[in-house]
Amino acid sequence: MSNRNTGLAVEAEGLVRSFGTTRALDGLDLRVPAGTVYGVLGPNGAGKTTAVRVLATLLRPDGGTARVFGHDVVRDADAVRSRVSLTGQYASLDEDLTGAENLILLARLLGLSRAGARDRADQLLAAFGLAEAAGRQVKKYSGGMRRRIDIAASILNTPDLLFLDEPTTGLDPRSRNQVWAIVRAVVAYGTTVLLTTQYLDEADQLAGRIAVVDHGRVIAEGTPGELKSSVGSGSVHIRLRDPGQRPQAEKVLRAALGVPVQLDTDPVALTARVGEDGTDLEASAQAARALGELAGAGIVVDDFSLGQPSLDEVFLALTDHPAVPADERDDELEAAR
Amino acid sequence: MSDTAITTGRAPSVYVPSAEALATVLAPAERPARPSPLAASLTFGWRALLKIKHVPEQLFDVTAFPIIMVLMFTYLFGGALADSPRAYLQFFLPGIMVTSVVMITMYTGVGLNNDIEKGVFDRIRTLPVWRPAALVGMIFGDVLRYVLAAVVILSVGLVLGFRPDGGLLGVLAGIGLLVVFSFAFSWVWTFFGLVLRSEKSVMGVSMMVLFPLTFLSNVFVEPSTMPGWLQAFVKVNPITHLVGAVRAAMAGSMDGPNTMWLLLWSAGFVVVFGTLTMYRYNRH
Repeated sequence: MSNRNTGLAVEAEGLVRSFGTTRALDGLDLRVPAGTVYGVLGPNGAGKTTAVRVLATLLRPDGGTARVFGHDVVRDADAVRSRVSLTGQYASLDEDLTGAENLILLARLLGLSRAGARDRADQLLAAFGLAEAAGRQVKKYSGGMRRRIDIAASILNTPDLLFLDEPTTGLDPRSRNQVWAIVRAVVAYGTTVLLTTQYLDEADQLAGRIAVVDHGRVIAEGTPGELKSSVGSGSVHIRLRDPGQRPQAEKVLRAALGVPVQLDTDPVALTARVGEDGTDLEASAQAARALGELAGAGIVVDDFSLGQPSLDEVFLALTDHPAVPADERDDELEAAR
Repeated sequence: MSDTAITTGRAPSVYVPSAEALATVLAPAERPARPSPLAASLTFGWRALLKIKHVPEQLFDVTAFPIIMVLMFTYLFGGALADSPRAYLQFFLPGIMVTSVVMITMYTGVGLNNDIEKGVFDRIRTLPVWRPAALVGMIFGDVLRYVLAAVVILSVGLVLGFRPDGGLLGVLAGIGLLVVFSFAFSWVWTFFGLVLRSEKSVMGVSMMVLFPLTFLSNVFVEPSTMPGWLQAFVKVNPITHLVGAVRAAMAGSMDGPNTMWLLLWSAGFVVVFGTLTMYRYNRH
């Protein structure tokens, strides 16, 4: 395992994959350094899941090449399979079987003896806080427990590369934090993690590098800091009492902050990007200034908040189009009128 | 009640991932050798057994359905086609056993389609094991269901007065031939289970194939009573060869040509549909 911790875990060049007339992957390039958490960030339908399925040997690409630890995912699929594990977006365990049975089954398929498989399953169930639920059918697990048993199943063979496809979508905050803690532990032991997510803060929390994917291509790549500084580290959301004051508020904000101000579809709402230099302190200072200037200009503010830029804002900044597909967006606009 | 107590129940213990516990399971260990194709297939067969254990309702189709088939047709046709239901049963039982078990084979395709829908196969297909093992194991589990259905039918038959001249050995040989054929025939359904989009369409296609195949055979009546064009079809129908071979075995003799034909058909199904299935499975 010479390149377990060094070199590239994933090297993909120009991956193309179509489904009918839809090009899910349209020349995707990806270079994932080994031993890190790598985030693939994008909205629904951007091609994240397709990319993961190609890299995990579940789908053949129509074009381009991909190597995992130097092994070609098409020609050398078996060698890839022995080093990777996939936790899909949807339950990838047998729901009719108990948690313990699922793990024992998979451990046996990885070549462990009967006793060895049982021991390994017990260990994992204990480490993932599922010992009590070991004898229960997986379909009776809660969302968080399910995600945990799914990840437990994926590290049965201590893979060199673990794919997590939207590991926290649909989880409550506590379960999400548990998954994050597990991901950090997994990478601390030398496993490379490639995770897809729709949440910028998740990628920010976990990933060393992030690729932003849209329409099947990578549109930006870098460390979370680099990406955020291209977008601004935060955004200020303001709701006014009187929609008539919005043009004036926009002018005041632009003058005070020196940043573009976005008029939302809601006629009393505005959004301004702050912290252009990527520091959170700068963002806070700008937010405070914005509120002061508005009050000084006699504009009544009903609601004011400072938050991380949303995926939509990152998209807007990177692509000049929002993360939501255009037709849906139009429907929203129609409805708002 | 004056003092209504608020029942809080036991507070659920909150899981906090512990670094030490995770460390023990994440420590890289020696990778064991890959399991052999047979071991992997048997492990998948064990999965099928576990599913039967947890969802015993799924045995309904291999118990109730065959009983209904035997009772229904024995009393429906028995008086008309033979002197009595009991007399008809001597001719009919091997045939209805074949019909019922062959019809049950379609659930292999339905089950596979269902598995794929749920995403279990994504994980299975990323395992570095012999590729056909998942499907072979699944069919191993189904073979158990076929044996069970055959035994149920035999028991009902014995109660109703079926007395095979071949004795225990003859009956076992007959069931053995039936299971061999059904195992091979199941590969037709794994292929359709992979190609078709929904469980319903798998069912639809299987019914369209299974009804003519089982009814246009020598199961219910002697082919000599049929028009010539139909006899021509019945003669080449693999079900006819299978029923001929099973009937002979249970009667204590051996039908060489039919047995040979049925084994040839079985080999053909495995080679053709097994290959097609694996081709689809690898590219799904």
